[in-house]
Amino acid sequence: MNIMIRVENLTKKFGDFIAVNNISFSVDKGEIFAFLGPNGAGKTTTIKMLTTLLKPSNGEIIINSHSPVAEPDDVRRSFGIVFQDPSLDDRLTAYENMEFHGVLYKIPKDIRRFRIEQLLKFVELWERKNNLVEDFSGGMKRRLEIARGFLHHPKILFLDEPTLGLDPQTRSHIWDYIKNLNKEEGVTVFFTTHYMDEAEKIAERIAIIDYGKIVARGTPEELKSKTNTNSLEEAFLSFTGRSIREQEANGVERMRMRRKLFKR
Amino acid sequence: MSIIYILWLRQLKRHFRSKARLIGSLGQPILFLLALGFGFGPIYQRAGGGDYIQFLAPGIVAMSILFMSIFSGIEIIWDRQFGFLKETLVAPVSRFQIMIGRTLGGATVATLQGIIVLLISLFVGFRPGSIIMLPFGLVFMFLIALLFTALGTAIASMLEDMHGFQLIMNFLVMPLFFLSGALFPLQGLPRAIKIVANINPLSYGVDGLRGTLVNGAHFNLGLDFLVLGVITIILLFIGSYLFSKIQI
Repeated sequence: MNIMIRVENLTKKFGDFIAVNNISFSVDKGEIFAFLGPNGAGKTTTIKMLTTLLKPSNGEIIINSHSPVAEPDDVRRSFGIVFQDPSLDDRLTAYENMEFHGVLYKIPKDIRRFRIEQLLKFVELWERKNNLVEDFSGGMKRRLEIARGFLHHPKILFLDEPTLGLDPQTRSHIWDYIKNLNKEEGVTVFFTTHYMDEAEKIAERIAIIDYGKIVARGTPEELKSKTNTNSLEEAFLSFTGRSIREQEANGVERMRMRRKLFKR
Repeated sequence: MSIIYILWLRQLKRHFRSKARLIGSLGQPILFLLALGFGFGPIYQRAGGGDYIQFLAPGIVAMSILFMSIFSGIEIIWDRQFGFLKETLVAPVSRFQIMIGRTLGGATVATLQGIIVLLISLFVGFRPGSIIMLPFGLVFMFLIALLFTALGTAIASMLEDMHGFQLIMNFLVMPLFFLSGALFPLQGLPRAIKIVANINPLSYGVDGLRGTLVNGAHFNLGLDFLVLGVITIILLFIGSYLFSKIQI
């Protein structure tokens, strides 16, 4: 088997705080891999390191046989990503956001036009393609982010809580598309989610991270039998405990609140 | 090339879609032209300087370009806060290209701003010295815009949020403007101020504009062009280096 993502002894510290603590795992080519954990467990920090946005404090990452630290551009050519938090330009229209992405990823014009139309229709935004994103609802923005993530067909797709805030219809619609992309084009999928039913249904293998450390790994079946539970949700709770995690409001949250006051 | 173009286009679209910004950014230059132009005009005339509006207008054009360019550069902080920067950072595109695209976009916007202010100054009584030199005036406007957009980008790459913005306005942008010869002639100044004015890149921009628009350069146009060009190139490289170091 070909290994698409290999992580060894990866650590990320912010001052005294250890966000990711010496984790190792690997994802095979063409695999659908779920990375689960409570809020603040280190999921997003890990994804940021995998996708060249953040430099690891320690450890090694290999993505599609390249290192994000030493050969960031080779790594960037290998993946697509749907971020957990907004990353659209809300002063641009839906179509312009897609177009911008397509040009950055050097998708030839005719393919670009074709796919943009197809994807915007898929997420039911084609009618509103010329509306500014700032006028969109939360769900519409989310759908547009997802459509944009699918625009160039990468070898690896990172999905950081892609379906957060979407209704069940849209969620299943989108997961069907992802599974299809995985089957037809052999795209490796690395995703995080808080919906355990999604992970149970879709993931081939799962790693559970808590307080920066991987506490369990295996297929959904293996995790359930290890904990003697009937659902992944119960297995997850048994691995990570029931206490509620606190996450500090970060700078972005605060900025967003301020901007709301500032605007108009 | 298409990557630089799309980044450039984005800056323009964002600018022209923000009506409040378009109108708001004209308030200050108009106020300066009217209040200072007519307020100091009589004294300037009596002191033998001639028509103050003729002297002031190129300075105010430079000012409006300075403010707009720095602001365009600083916009990276907004992009960082609202997430769009991530989209650009994960793209398989060289950081230098991103820097160039953004900077050209910001500089174009700022140059257009300068042209609008120049047109407004015609209503206040400004008269360009010679039509033939006008295109060279535009070159200087664009150079000033490039230089300060690159500077804004470089600074913004080091800042996490808008908290530092006030600091930059008060300790960098305002001094750059007031100590550039935009408002007063650089002849016969106290030594300390003269030294500052001589190392201030905006002085060369203002001088180039005055030289081409009304024929009264303090340094000389070749020197102005050289200083602005060299500093712009250096800032572009520093800016793209700092930009490539951004972590989110």
